[in-house]
Amino acid sequence: MSAPSILLLHEVTVSFDGFRALNELSLDIEEGELRCIIGPNGAGKTTMMDVITGKTRADRGKVMFDQNIDVRRMSEPEIAHLGIGRKFQKPTIFENLTVFENLELAMKTDKRARVSLFAWLDDEANDKISDTLRLIRLDHEADRQAGLLSHGQKQWLEIGMLLMQDPKLLLLDEPVAGMTDDETARTGELFKSLAGKHSLVVVEHDMAFIEQLGGKVTVLHEGSVLAEGDLATVQNDQRVIEVYLGR
Amino acid sequence: MKRTPFIVRFLGATPKQGWIAIGIAAAITMILLPALHLLVPTGSPFHVSAYVITLVGKIMCYAIVAVAMDLIWGYTGILSLGHGLFFALGGYAFGMYLMRQIGRDGSYQSDLPDFMVFLDWKALPWYWTGSDSILWVLFLVLTVPALVALIFGFFAFRSRIKGVYFSIITQAMVFAAMLFFFRNETGFGGNNGFTDFKRILGYSITAPEMRVSLFALTAAMLLATLVLGRYLVTSKLGRVLAAIRDAESRVMFIGYNPLYYKLFIWTLSALLCGIAGALYVPQVGIINPGEMSPANSIEMAIWVAVGGRGTLIGPVVGAFVVNLAKSFFTVTFPEYWLFFLGAIFVGVTLWLPDGVVGLWRKLREKRAVGAVK
Repeated sequence: MSAPSILLLHEVTVSFDGFRALNELSLDIEEGELRCIIGPNGAGKTTMMDVITGKTRADRGKVMFDQNIDVRRMSEPEIAHLGIGRKFQKPTIFENLTVFENLELAMKTDKRARVSLFAWLDDEANDKISDTLRLIRLDHEADRQAGLLSHGQKQWLEIGMLLMQDPKLLLLDEPVAGMTDDETARTGELFKSLAGKHSLVVVEHDMAFIEQLGGKVTVLHEGSVLAEGDLATVQNDQRVIEVYLGR
Repeated sequence: MKRTPFIVRFLGATPKQGWIAIGIAAAITMILLPALHLLVPTGSPFHVSAYVITLVGKIMCYAIVAVAMDLIWGYTGILSLGHGLFFALGGYAFGMYLMRQIGRDGSYQSDLPDFMVFLDWKALPWYWTGSDSILWVLFLVLTVPALVALIFGFFAFRSRIKGVYFSIITQAMVFAAMLFFFRNETGFGGNNGFTDFKRILGYSITAPEMRVSLFALTAAMLLATLVLGRYLVTSKLGRVLAAIRDAESRVMFIGYNPLYYKLFIWTLSALLCGIAGALYVPQVGIINPGEMSPANSIEMAIWVAVGGRGTLIGPVVGAFVVNLAKSFFTVTFPEYWLFFLGAIFVGVTLWLPDGVVGLWRKLREKRAVGAVK
């Protein structure tokens, strides 16, 4: 009936000094799915991404990637090599390198130091970078220092870097924050075109954007799942309304 | 498409103007100055004195250290305030050989170095084994500072110690090493260190020919360091290092392990300092724990800051500017040198964040813009 799972979180708990950032969180993302995650501040969205990418260790619970790979003991680079790409809330790019170099470093390849020491860009790699540059509409900025780009362009560059990694799963933390309406709409189109080939998990506050993406929506609250379903269902859920409007 | 051979890429990393400058520098340091020292009689106004040769040779050793500092600080963003340790370890390693070459010409006419006789030691400690062989000692020069750096770096970088914490720990490291080398029981001459050297490979160390040979060798090493550095910073590894400086977490999340990158450049930097130290000791004729004083290591960072971080050539300029000023000041107004050094550092930090090279670039840009208008 449904596609196999690409990411499975089972009763994951993370505490910081007694505060439970994640409280027995369970989540199942299918291969090729585009999932949106919403929730008020402090619901545990970023902590969830930290746990998946190896930045934070889970106290309890299971995190399985591609059904049978347990990522809980792996380091950040190891998890990246499995095929999990992550975009941060604040655009995180290499400001002093050019746009082209940013993409070059992100490209899927052997990333050990002794290989990088002798590495050499071949035509195929150049083409791949050029394709991505066109896709993220930065082909005229290739030699520009990345720190000089506009905020929206930086967001796109970071998304481009993720794509260069050719990941199976993309985790996107507020990818359209600070973008113009036009840029937001184009980002939505891009994500929809990526779904199917890749799996995407998008954390967002922008409801119009989530509506555009049209996937399943998960609402997090106090470290666990409050509701799950399509946007309309979730928006009409009494508990969700209370969490967002109540108090 | 055919792959470009590595050696072509390696040498091609230095641009054409760079090679011209290197050629000129090589001609001056390896032919002109030695000839003016050896062949022109002492009374002539064109004679280059032993003082000048030794001074410039010493500063070139410092310049190698400065370039090594630039690789780790300017390009990778890791400020070490303990590079004096690696410099001194290289110096001590080669100093052991120089002590053994004294033979029985020391004050006590013993086979043992004078300070051991003074301590009433009857035999060489085990770690002096083989120190009479230049090959073994050169091996030590290349391995000991690098190994110390590798071990220290592994633990520091694995624990993700960064920024000012890392700087403080390196400073503590060099200070601890200095105290260790001050002890007579350590077996490296205590606070007097090593001095009164007589020979290298049986040739007198004070002979003008030996002096210019060491001088030319130092110049060759400095130029080689610059070519190596230029390749490194233009390689993909260099871009990853710059990326670590900008956003280390992003580097990890795109699949690089910063540990090995940092460890590589850190160890290489220490290795270069060790070689510089080994070239320095026979030229200045002494090595003592003072080389490990925290102030010395901080001064190394000042050379880089004055010349311009992340430029490779800047640190060389910085090493020359600061040390020539030091030679002048310590002769003319010795008591004011440290105030002056402090003033340079404050001034550079406030007004010249990109150092002398940055200033020069800015002036050139201005002129270019002026020419267009």
